[in-house]
Amino acid sequence: MHIAEGFLPAPHAIGWTVAAAPFVVHGARAVVREVRERPESTLLLGAAGAFTFVLSAIKLPSVTGSSSHPTGTGAGAVLFRPPVMALLGTVVLLFQALLLAHGGLTTLGANAFAFAVVGPWAGYGAYRLARSLGAGLLPGVFVALALADLATYVTTSLQLALAFPDAAGGFAGAAAKFLGVFALTQVPLAVAEGLLGVLLFRVLTVNARPELERLGLLRPAPLATTEEVR
Amino acid sequence: MTRRRVVTALLVLAVVALFALPLVLDGGASEYAGTDSLATGTIEESGYTPWFESVFSPSSSEVESGLFALQAALGGGVLGYVLGRLRGRRQAREANPPVEAP
Repeated sequence: MHIAEGFLPAPHAIGWTVAAAPFVVHGARAVVREVRERPESTLLLGAAGAFTFVLSAIKLPSVTGSSSHPTGTGAGAVLFRPPVMALLGTVVLLFQALLLAHGGLTTLGANAFAFAVVGPWAGYGAYRLARSLGAGLLPGVFVALALADLATYVTTSLQLALAFPDAAGGFAGAAAKFLGVFALTQVPLAVAEGLLGVLLFRVLTVNARPELERLGLLRPAPLATTEEVR
Repeated sequence: MTRRRVVTALLVLAVVALFALPLVLDGGASEYAGTDSLATGTIEESGYTPWFESVFSPSSSEVESGLFALQAALGGGVLGYVLGRLRGRRQAREANPPVEAP
């Protein structure tokens, strides 16, 4: 989903930067507020950032014969709501743009919009919808992570289509072309990312139960059975 | 607890299978180029030339994969540290249940 350095015409690069900036600033304030009001969240915040860091570093082969990487932004979005991920995701993108020549500074805004804004919000929306339909925490986490991943790549495709409309097919033609590159490859990766999220939250429900209750992900266990619940 | 372990093993197996199967079924016919570079290739075909270069580019693919490994190691290290601490905290609490305040 990384649009390479210099690969967006300047007006698009500026436009996406302007669009993403308020989300990132708001996200930075959300992180500061979270740490100040709930210092015990710091550990889990670290876990959320680390999860994105690992997953977005690993390129994996897919059925289409090309390879791509997961995003891992859904986990933090479910734990701390999406604004927090706007900052953490942008930090990851900045690291990759500066050290790995992956993505870029001119395309940071567009990439942050796809990776750190649309992805987390789509995942969080899917999570809330699943929970309101009666799904448990783990199924909710699965759809959240899978959808955050997929939505990020769909956004990248549309951003590229907007910048490079097809000579014959216009925006729709270009969108189909870029979705063909990104979206299909991403489907097995999104499923795998959903499963990894379930693995992570299985560990968290056992070991970080107090935090998950405080964040409103799990209902507090009845007092009498607190000791047995695992 | 055993059922829990089986579920965990199955989840891990499913993740591995999702990536191993395409490789096996394909039998080495594909090159598995990154989708990011496929997209830039498509754009360059249309005659576009990028107007800005990366501030710093790894000098070889070895250096690049090393830096990617560094990124994964940093993330994996922090994640492992947090999960380890949380697990240790739970075990300590189970060994010494907090005394109810009088």
